[in-house]
Amino acid sequence: MTDAPLTRADRRLQRRMRRFDNPWLNPKLLWGIGLLLGIVALGLIGRMLWNLDLVFTGSATLKLPPVGFENLRRQPGVWDHPLGTDGSGRDMLALIVIGAPNSLFVGLMASLIGMGTGIVLGFTAGFVGGRTDDVIRVLSDVMITIPPLLILVVFQSAFGDVSLTMMALLIAGFVWQSPTRLIRAQVLSMRQSGYVQMAQLSGAPTHHIMFREMLPNLVPYLFGSFIANVTTSIVTAVGLEVLGLGPQRIPTLGRTIYEAINAGALIQNLWWWWGIPTILLAVMFIGLLLINLGLDEVSNPRLRRLS
Amino acid sequence: MRLPRKYLVNRLVTLFLTVWIAATLIWIIPRLSPVDPADIMLGRMAAGAGAVENADAILEQLKENFGLNDPLVVQYVKYLKNIVLFDFGLSTATFPTKVSSLIARALPWTLGLMLLSLVITFFIGNLLGALMVWSHSPRLVRVAIPAAMVFTSIPPILSGLLLMWVFAAKLRWFPLTGAYGLTVEPGWNWAFVQSVLHHGFLPALSIVIVTFGFWALGMRGLMITVQGEDYVKLAEAKGLRPRYILYKYMIRNAILPQITAFALKIGLLIAGQVLVERIFAYNGMGKLLYDAILDQDFPVIQGVSFVIILMTAVSVFLVDLVYPFIDPRIRHEGATS
Repeated sequence: MTDAPLTRADRRLQRRMRRFDNPWLNPKLLWGIGLLLGIVALGLIGRMLWNLDLVFTGSATLKLPPVGFENLRRQPGVWDHPLGTDGSGRDMLALIVIGAPNSLFVGLMASLIGMGTGIVLGFTAGFVGGRTDDVIRVLSDVMITIPPLLILVVFQSAFGDVSLTMMALLIAGFVWQSPTRLIRAQVLSMRQSGYVQMAQLSGAPTHHIMFREMLPNLVPYLFGSFIANVTTSIVTAVGLEVLGLGPQRIPTLGRTIYEAINAGALIQNLWWWWGIPTILLAVMFIGLLLINLGLDEVSNPRLRRLS
Repeated sequence: MRLPRKYLVNRLVTLFLTVWIAATLIWIIPRLSPVDPADIMLGRMAAGAGAVENADAILEQLKENFGLNDPLVVQYVKYLKNIVLFDFGLSTATFPTKVSSLIARALPWTLGLMLLSLVITFFIGNLLGALMVWSHSPRLVRVAIPAAMVFTSIPPILSGLLLMWVFAAKLRWFPLTGAYGLTVEPGWNWAFVQSVLHHGFLPALSIVIVTFGFWALGMRGLMITVQGEDYVKLAEAKGLRPRYILYKYMIRNAILPQITAFALKIGLLIAGQVLVERIFAYNGMGKLLYDAILDQDFPVIQGVSFVIILMTAVSVFLVDLVYPFIDPRIRHEGATS
């Protein structure tokens, strides 16, 4: 039995088992990170290689198609504008080089701030308990029901133009709830566990117990919640932009879609105008989903066997 | 069967607080802003008539009419009183129209579209999620669904654009915008119903294809847990039909947490739908909101936002109320604590 040659199926199984020796080398996780890094790379390399002045209105012929296509006026695409131009003569490539990392930036920043707030509030609620816990719990219960988009619509239509950072800050005000709830629940259950009580008995200071003993165990959950929040933040930001709000002077993917719809790009068959930002956003969301699925498999080994 | 009082009171307080905080935010935010709605209205009058005489007097009158000269506390209390009666004042863009009547006209469309797409996604999503795990499902299902699932992380507005382009602009199978044809008379006649269904298909589809994956993924995780449970093993050992085990033993138990997940997701779903309505120019709240943003029509923006938040909060409350009836454990916890 031991000498029998391995079949292909055996070898594949072996390879898979070996791959799962290190759970972080999960294919979904790596693909997801790869897609997001691709967008970051687009932003970085594009900034070095492409002339970003083309993003200004009227810097090229209007409504040129991408290379290899023809528009309704029978103009072919040219290499000066490989992804075509929009209805006011802006180069699509320059637009996405600037716009795509912006969306990711808003998502990451809002989510990071939300996560920081969540960690502080969650630990406070779980540790201090009593009145403080009640207030934080009720507040996060309440705020989790309010859709951020609508409050932000009211805010932006009252205040007018906002900067990218301001938008991230505003969105951050709506993504702290789920980390708070998650950490609070985990802290409450962890307080009873042996190693925390051990640390308490040996006289470890509270901050040591919080950040050295408990936080490392929360990391997989926090990652999952973080990624989910990045998605929510980007969806909210794009939603605002598509409604014509959000930053007015910086190119964003959502605003490009907004302008395309308003100019009737769908009927005029200017598919590259709305299609390219749509595809980029889709890639971003798929990348985030893959990271989340991968993280699920890392933290919950039962899911691994089935994929 | 009765709900424990503590649980009910707890949920009611949360509902009340949610609505109150949302209403307060909507009230405070515009008052912090340097932009004055009366100015905008006067600007609109000036644009319409060329010039406005006695602008200062009109401004004063408008401020008086809108109650902007009262102390803030009085304004706030009045506002809360009005909002309880669903009185959001008058639209400034279509001036003497009541905001509440604009909303009443848009709301049925939004609710109809929402319920339709929600019911479809909930069934499809949970069934597919269960089939992904079930050991008796056809191979094709288990391979094809995860592949299709990748696309379900996309917000409905993007899928809406794609569907619109393919089926409305290119193939012309469905109308591009609107909720019913211009040539049909609204009413309970077949032509109108047909037109509504024809117009509603693409918006509903664009929501369905991107939301079912959420349910399917959740269901998959839950089914994996349920699969290993002793009662499933026992049912198999008893020789029950696999299909019977799937429906009565596995899905029945796995679906419970899905309903709570639903409560947390309602807000995002509604917000997503608002955007879908905006791109399809569907006659619902989304279009109303978008038009109001274009016209800087504050009372309408406030009213629509409040009503949508209210809808969300009430839906969450209802899910919380129904949940104990499905999951007896909540009832017992509530009774003992």
